[in-house]
Amino acid sequence: MNDGILATILISMLGGAIRVSTPFMFVALGETLTEKSGRINLGLEGNLVLGAMTAYAVSYHTGNPWLGVIAAGFAGVFLGSMHGIICSLPKVNDIAVGIAMMSFGTGIAFFFGKPYIQPSAPRLESLPLGNWSESSSLRQALDINPLFFVGIVVAIAMWWALANSRWGLIVRMTGDSEPAARAMGVQPHQVRIAATAAGGFLAGVGGAFLSLSYPGSWNEGLSSGQGLMAVALVIFARWNPLRCIIAALLFGAAGAIGPALQSVGISQGYYFFNAAPYILTLFIMIASARSSSSAREAPGELSITK
Amino acid sequence: MSIHGVSRRTLLKAGAAGLASTALPLGAIRSAQAADVIVGAVYVGPRDDFGWNQAHAVAMEILKGVDNVEVIEEENVPETDAVSKSMESMINLDGANLILATSFGYYNPFVIDLAKKYPDVQFRHAAPLWNAETDPKNAGSYFCYLNQAHYVDGVAAGLSTKTNKIGFVAAKPIPTVLSNINSVLLGARTVNPEATVQVIFTGEWSMPVREAEAANALADAGCDVLTCHVDGPKVVIETAEARGVKSCGHNASQAPLAPNGFITGAEYKWETIYTMYADLLAAGEELPNFVAGGYHNDMVRNTPYGAGATPEAVKAADAAIEALKAEEPIYVGPLKDNKGNVVIDKTYDNYDPFLDGMNYLLEGVSGSIT
Repeated sequence: MNDGILATILISMLGGAIRVSTPFMFVALGETLTEKSGRINLGLEGNLVLGAMTAYAVSYHTGNPWLGVIAAGFAGVFLGSMHGIICSLPKVNDIAVGIAMMSFGTGIAFFFGKPYIQPSAPRLESLPLGNWSESSSLRQALDINPLFFVGIVVAIAMWWALANSRWGLIVRMTGDSEPAARAMGVQPHQVRIAATAAGGFLAGVGGAFLSLSYPGSWNEGLSSGQGLMAVALVIFARWNPLRCIIAALLFGAAGAIGPALQSVGISQGYYFFNAAPYILTLFIMIASARSSSSAREAPGELSITK
Repeated sequence: MSIHGVSRRTLLKAGAAGLASTALPLGAIRSAQAADVIVGAVYVGPRDDFGWNQAHAVAMEILKGVDNVEVIEEENVPETDAVSKSMESMINLDGANLILATSFGYYNPFVIDLAKKYPDVQFRHAAPLWNAETDPKNAGSYFCYLNQAHYVDGVAAGLSTKTNKIGFVAAKPIPTVLSNINSVLLGARTVNPEATVQVIFTGEWSMPVREAEAANALADAGCDVLTCHVDGPKVVIETAEARGVKSCGHNASQAPLAPNGFITGAEYKWETIYTMYADLLAAGEELPNFVAGGYHNDMVRNTPYGAGATPEAVKAADAAIEALKAEEPIYVGPLKDNKGNVVIDKTYDNYDPFLDGMNYLLEGVSGSIT
C-alpha cells in the first residue's frame, strides 16, 4: 500500500512537472534572452496573459489552435517591442516600464477577452506517449503537449546559439559591456529591442499553452502569477537556457505535491504543501546565489548588477 | 460626491412629484416614464463565468421578461469603494428602486452605508448577513441552501461511480463549502453505502492551474466522478471530461462543457427571489428583509441530466428531489466526523441554524480542513 502511495505521488509529480512546466519554460527562456542583452523585462506576465487570450480567440475563430499559438507569439512581440522601444529612450528605467507593461498587457487582455470566456475553442492535441503503459495515471502523465518539446528544442537552440553563433555573441556582448558593443559597431538599443521582442514572442507562446492546453480555457484568473515566477526562475537558472528547463520542471513537480498528497489522503497542512514550489525556489535561490560563480554569470549591463 | 448625490436625488424626487419638464436631467425623465420597477444588479466578476455570477445573470435575464421591470447590470465591480459608486449611479442616474448586491464583501460597509443614505431605495444582498437589530430596514439578505442540490448530485454520483470514490475540488474550508461536501457524501450514501468522497482543497477561490492539478490528482487516485466548489467550475469539469471521468456541476449549468460525462449539477434559482421582489415592488408592498430557501420553496435546482447519468441515477435523483421538496432532512443524526467524534447529535432540519456553523468533514470524506 505504501508503495502504491509513493508511486501515485511520484507519477503525479512527473505528470505535474510536464503539464505545469511549459509556460514557465517559455517565459524563462524569453526572459533569459532579454536579460542576456542587458535588459530586464518584468512585464512578461502581461505577455503571458495577452498571449493566452489571443491564442484562445484566434483558435476559436479559425478553428486552428496552431494559428493561435503563432498569434500569441506576435501579441508577445507587440508588447516586447513596446518595452524595448520605450526603454531605449534616455533615462528610462526598464524595471518600472516592465511593471507598467504587465498592467497594460493584462488590462488589454481582459478588455478584449470578454467575449471569449464563454465559448470553447479547439485545443492543442497532446501526444499520447504513455500508451505502452497499463496504468491510466502514467498514461495521463505521459500525455505530453508538443509545445513542451518545442520549448526544449528552443532551449537547446538558444543555448547553442548564445555560445556559438555570431548573433549570440552580439547579444552577449551587448549585455556584458555596452562600450565593447559600440566599439564593434553594434547598436546596443537595436540589439536590445530585438532581444526583448523575441523574448516577448516566447512568453506569448507560453501563454498560448495556458489557454490551449493546460488548464486549457480562457478566463481572467488564468495565470495566477506564472509570468512573475518565471522571471525569478531565470536568476535561479543563472541565465542558462538549459538550466531554465530544469528549473521549470522542478517548479512544476513541486506544484503537484500539494494536490497529490491530498489525493492519497495526506491532507494535514495543505496550505504548506501548496506553498512548496515557492519555498523550494527560495531555498535553491539562496543556495545558488551564495556561490561566487553566480555573480560572474550575471550579464554585466543589467540595471540590478551595474 | 455627496453634494452631487443629494442634488440629483432632489431632482429625482421633483420628477416623481410630477414636475417633469425639459429642464430635468436625463435620469429623472427616464425614471418618470419607464418601468415601474427598476432593478440594479452588481456582480463581482464576469457575467459569463460558468459560476456564481452567471447564476445571478441568468436570473436577471428572466427578470427582464417580466412586464414593467427594467434591469440594469454592472459586472466586474470590486468589493471596494467602486461598488458604492456603481450602486449610487444606478440609483441617481437610472432611478433604480431595488439594488441587488451579489458578492459577499459588498455588504459591510458599502450596502449598509448606502441604505442609510437612500432610505427610499431597497437593498438586498446575497449572503445571510443582515442583522435585524443593527442594520437599516431597507436593506436585507437572501440566500439559497445549495447543499440540497449537492445532495441530489451525491445521489446521482453514488449510482454512477464504479470505484465508489467521488472526487471533490474545494476552494476553502468554510461552512458553506463543507456543507456541500458533506451533503454529496450523505446523498451518495443513501444509494451506495460503500461510497466515499475525497476532497482536495486548493486554498483559493480561483486558481485554474491548481484546480486542474487537483482534478487530475483525484482522477489518478481512482475517483471516477468529480465535482467541485470553486468560483468558476469550468476547468474542473473540462479536466474531468478530458480524463474520461464523470462530473457534477456547481453554481450554474456546465452541461455544455462535458457532453459525455456530465451527470447533473447544483444550481441556484435566484429568479424565484428576484421575481418575488419585483412583484412586491410593483404591488407597492414591503419586501421581506430576509429570504432563505432551498428545494421546498423552489430556490435551488439541479441541471438537466447529461449523458453521464444512468437511468437508475436519474430515477434515484428525482426521488431525492421529491423528498427534499417535502422537507425531508439531509443530516440524519447521529453522525460522526472523519476523526471519529460525534458532531451531529440528532436529526436536524435542513434549515437549522446549527448546521450553518459546520466546521467538520463527516466520516466517509477523506480530507482535512487544516
